[in-house]
Amino acid sequence: MSTEIATTVKNEEWKASLTGESTWVRWTLIALALGYLTLFLFVPLAAVFAEALKNGLESYFAPFQDPDTLVAIRLTFIAAALAVPLNLVFGVAAAWAIAKFEFIGKQLLITIIDIPLAVSPVISGLIYVLLFGAQGWVGPWLIEHDIKIIFALPGIVLATIFVTVPFIARELIPLMQSQGREEEEAAFTLGASGWQTFIHVTLPNIKWSLLYGIILCNARAMGEFGAVSVVSGHIRGLTNTLPLHVEILYNEYNAVGAFAVASLLTLLAIVTLIVKTVIERKSGPAQSAHDPAWSPQPGSPS
Amino acid sequence: MRPMALVLKQPSVLPGFGLTLGFALFYFSLIVLIPLSGLFIKTSTLTWSQFVHTVTEPRALASYRLTFGASFLGALINGFFGSVVAWVLVRYRFPGRSIVDALVDLPFALPTAVAGITLTAIYSSNGWIGQYLEPLGLKIAFTPLGVLVALTFIGLPFVVRTVQPVLQDLDKEVEEAATTLGASRWQTVRAVIMPELWPALLTGMAMAFARSVGEYGSVIFIAGNMPLKSEITPLLIMTKLEQYDYAGATALGVVMLVASFLLVLMINLLQWWSSSRHTAR
Repeated sequence: MSTEIATTVKNEEWKASLTGESTWVRWTLIALALGYLTLFLFVPLAAVFAEALKNGLESYFAPFQDPDTLVAIRLTFIAAALAVPLNLVFGVAAAWAIAKFEFIGKQLLITIIDIPLAVSPVISGLIYVLLFGAQGWVGPWLIEHDIKIIFALPGIVLATIFVTVPFIARELIPLMQSQGREEEEAAFTLGASGWQTFIHVTLPNIKWSLLYGIILCNARAMGEFGAVSVVSGHIRGLTNTLPLHVEILYNEYNAVGAFAVASLLTLLAIVTLIVKTVIERKSGPAQSAHDPAWSPQPGSPS
Repeated sequence: MRPMALVLKQPSVLPGFGLTLGFALFYFSLIVLIPLSGLFIKTSTLTWSQFVHTVTEPRALASYRLTFGASFLGALINGFFGSVVAWVLVRYRFPGRSIVDALVDLPFALPTAVAGITLTAIYSSNGWIGQYLEPLGLKIAFTPLGVLVALTFIGLPFVVRTVQPVLQDLDKEVEEAATTLGASRWQTVRAVIMPELWPALLTGMAMAFARSVGEYGSVIFIAGNMPLKSEITPLLIMTKLEQYDYAGATALGVVMLVASFLLVLMINLLQWWSSSRHTAR
C-alpha cells in the first residue's frame, strides 16, 4: 500500500519534471512579467493616490468642496443612471431573441452589436454632432424649437449610451446560447406566461452574467472620456462629467485637484475589478471568466 | 402554412420573438446604425478629390503613421510580455498571484483620462520613472514615445486574456509525451505549445491594435500633440471639429471607421481560425 503511494508520488514528481522549467527560468519569467506589470500597472495605480495626496489631506479634499466638482459627479451619475438601464433592456431583449430563436441574419446581428466597441470614441461623439449640432441635419430645427442636445445633457447621455450599448448584450448572448431553450420551453408548455418563464427560469440562470455586464457597463459609462468630450462643449460646472473635470483641472495646472478627482474614478475602477473577481469566483471559471469584455472583439466564438 | 415565416424564422413554442427582436433592432438602429450612417452621408457632400485631398494632406498622413505605427509597436510589446504574463499566471504559483491576475484588467476599468494624466506624471522628466530615463537621453512624455507608452498600457489586458484560457486548456500529456520522446523543454515550448497559442496570441494582438488605433483619452495628455510630430488621428479629428471643419473631421472619421471595420473583420477571421482549431482536436 505505502509503496504504491510512494510510486504515485514519485510518478507525479517525475511528470512535473517533464513539464516544468528549471528554477532560474521560472523566476526569470516571473520577474519579467512582474517587472512589466509594475512599469505599466502598479506604478500608475500608486501614482494616482500619491499625486492626489502630495500636499496633504486638506488639499486632497479641497476639489470636492468645489461646486463644479459636485455638478460633475451629479452629471456622471445621471448619464450612467440613464445609459445602464436602457442598455440592460436592450441586452436582455437582444440576448432573448438571439439565444431562444433561429432566424436569418442572426450571426450578422451578433457581430454588429459590437460595432460601438470597435469605433474610436471621437467618432462616437462626432456622429451625434453631425446629427444634432448647429450645422447638423436636425440642428436648425432644434435651434428653432430651442432644444439643446449638443453641448448639453442629452448629447452627453446619448454618447454614453452609444459607447456602452454592447456591454450587457455581449455577456448574455454566449451564456444564454450555451444554455439552450429546453428549460424555458418546459416552463412555457406547462402553462407559465412568457414573463413568468423569464423571471423564474431564465433570470436565475443568467443573474451573475447579468450583474457582470451591468458593472462593466457602469464603469465605462462613468469613465467615458473621448465621446463625451466631443459632445459636451466643456462648459465648466454645466456640461462636465467627472473625467472631463479631471481634464479641466489638469489643464489649469491644478494637478493635485485633477488627481484627487481622478482618485475617485480610480476607486470606482478598483471596486469594479473587485466585484468582477467576486462574480467570477461565484459563477465559476466557465462563465465569461476570461472574456476580454472591454475588447473591440466581435461576437462570441461559437 | 406560412412559407415566409418559415424562411425568416424557424418555429418555436417560446413567445416574445417579435417584441424582443423588434425592440433590439429599433434601439440599435436609433442609437448606432442611423447616426453612424450619417457619417458616410456627410462625407458624400465632399467631392472625391476634396475627400482624397483631406485624407492625404501631410498632417493627416503623419497622424496615420504615428497612430498605426505606435499601435502596432504596442501590440508587439504586449504580444511578447502579455504571453509571458499569461504563462506565469497559469503555470506558476507565487504570493499575490490572484491579485495580480485581477489587476491585469485595470486598463479596461480605469477611465482613459485618469490613465492619461497618471502616465504623463510618471513618465515626465521629473516623474517617478521619467527622472531615471531622462539622463539616459530617453524623453517619453510629450514625444511620440509617450504615445507608445499610453497605447501599450491600453492594450495590456488583451493578449493576457486571450492566451490565458488556451494555456489553461492545454493538455499537459502532450508536453509530457514530447519530453519523454527526448525533446528539450525549449523544443517542447516551440514545437508543441506555441502552435497551440498562435491563433489566440494573434487575436489578442489584433484586439490590442484595434483598440489602440481609436484611443484618445489616455494619449492626448502624454503626447504633446505637435502637428506632424506627435498628433494622433483621433486628435486631428477633434481639432478639425473645434475649428468647425465638419467635412474634414468627417472625412478622417470615415478613414478611421473603415480601418476599424477591416480590423473587426480580421479579428473575426482570427477567432474563427482559433475556435476551429480548438474544436478540431
